[in-house]
Amino acid sequence: MIRCLAALAAAVLLASGCATTGGAPDPRDPWEGTNRAIFEFNDGLDRALIKPTAEAYRFVTPQIVRTGVTNFFGNLQDIWIGTNQLLQGKVELWINDWARVLFNTTFGLGGVLDIASEMRLEKHDEDFGQTLAVWGAPFGPYVVLPIFGPSSARDAAGFAVDFYMYPTFWILRNARPEHWVSWRNSLAGLAFVNGRANALGVTDVLEQAALDRYAYVRSAFFQRRLNQIYDGNPPSAPLSGAPAIPTKAAAELLEILDALDRERAAAGGPVARETFEPRVPMNYDAVLAAARPVQIVAKAGKPNRQDH
Amino acid sequence: MQRFLLALAVSLFAPFAPAQETAPDVLVKSVSQEVLEIIRKDKDIQSGNTKKTIDLVETKVLPHFDFARMTALAMGPNWRRATPEQQKVLTDQFRTLLVRTYSTALSSYKNHTIDFKPLRSQPGDTDVIVRSEVKQPGQQAVSIDYSMEKTAANWKVYDVAVGGVSLVTTYRDTFTNEVRQGGIDGLIKSLGDKNRQLETAEKK
Repeated sequence: MIRCLAALAAAVLLASGCATTGGAPDPRDPWEGTNRAIFEFNDGLDRALIKPTAEAYRFVTPQIVRTGVTNFFGNLQDIWIGTNQLLQGKVELWINDWARVLFNTTFGLGGVLDIASEMRLEKHDEDFGQTLAVWGAPFGPYVVLPIFGPSSARDAAGFAVDFYMYPTFWILRNARPEHWVSWRNSLAGLAFVNGRANALGVTDVLEQAALDRYAYVRSAFFQRRLNQIYDGNPPSAPLSGAPAIPTKAAAELLEILDALDRERAAAGGPVARETFEPRVPMNYDAVLAAARPVQIVAKAGKPNRQDH
Repeated sequence: MQRFLLALAVSLFAPFAPAQETAPDVLVKSVSQEVLEIIRKDKDIQSGNTKKTIDLVETKVLPHFDFARMTALAMGPNWRRATPEQQKVLTDQFRTLLVRTYSTALSSYKNHTIDFKPLRSQPGDTDVIVRSEVKQPGQQAVSIDYSMEKTAANWKVYDVAVGGVSLVTTYRDTFTNEVRQGGIDGLIKSLGDKNRQLETAEKK
């Protein structure tokens, strides 16, 4: 099945790989033509097969079952998430995540109930791509993977490792050989469909919100990843740190907003402030300090400057 | 002793009495709770009555957003290249799109709860982030951060970041592309087409 899809993807690539899009290239996306082709392919596959399957799944299962399924796979993933915490030097979070596995597997009936969250052991979100980032690897070019979607050179490498370490694969590696392949495939399929069903709300909103879904998803990907790498506290506020505003343009933007204020003042409307600049909000340091759950997080490695 | 307590109480509350404005976190919190409360009780909204949801957003949520500023930020340097008429049309169209998107997102909120993080700010701050987390059963919490600034009227939201993804930044990338390809009018046309398309889809 996967091989067949890969062949299909390759055919789409050959057909439209050299298509130009007319827009100015985003420096983060040198392979935009190819990426767009894969994006279109994924989109078609999603519309034709994956989304209807996920919707059918959502229709026939009650919420409590889907929650159980999500918890079950989440529990398996917590093992690898915890390992990544350790690889990133966040010892207390590693203990937190493995304690989650311990409690959820036992009291949570094999992971179906998320008892640990009720015990205030929070769930985290780590993967090997984030670990590579903490070790200093930059994003690299934007890549759209067939079926799996937006990624970057670094995160695709991380994803390959994640995929190999994915618990449904390695837990079942030692199961009875005559059955384990179909078990593994069924479990992986369930995990995939359940994950897609969980994302239905997000994609419905995306469908409405975006003028150009490709560009929208790409922009969201870079922001989301940066946020994940810094555990929800990237070093600068979204408006000031994003590469979309180079410093020169920021000065220009300041003028624009001043002009907007002057206009409003002339019209007798409320003036926001004398000046406006895209910058870190005044309380950002305090917010950052408060958000760090444990001291060790602050000391843990920071991704290098190339990232933002 | 009683008089002392009374004096203490007065001295504690006195500094707050003359100020008419609400603190930014209190504002976001009360508006969110009010809106969620309405959604929880309203079966029409839950079953996907778009018009009713849009009305709710228009009356309860919109007054707290600064759309001209959001549009200017999303346009970036291109904002100045737009004529005042174009700026007005852009703001209106962007507003329509955001209201519709936001309404869609809202109608899926049923058993979500919102936690607000304590606001860390100094009394003189005029530009702050209010952080919150939306929790739903069985899933990781999603952060929602509101960038707000103090205006003459009151605190106004000028950006919302969901899970670290800023609305303004995300639209800026698209808008820049659209303007480069078809100029300001091209962007206006794209926004208009999008809004009409959503409106037609809704009527069906």
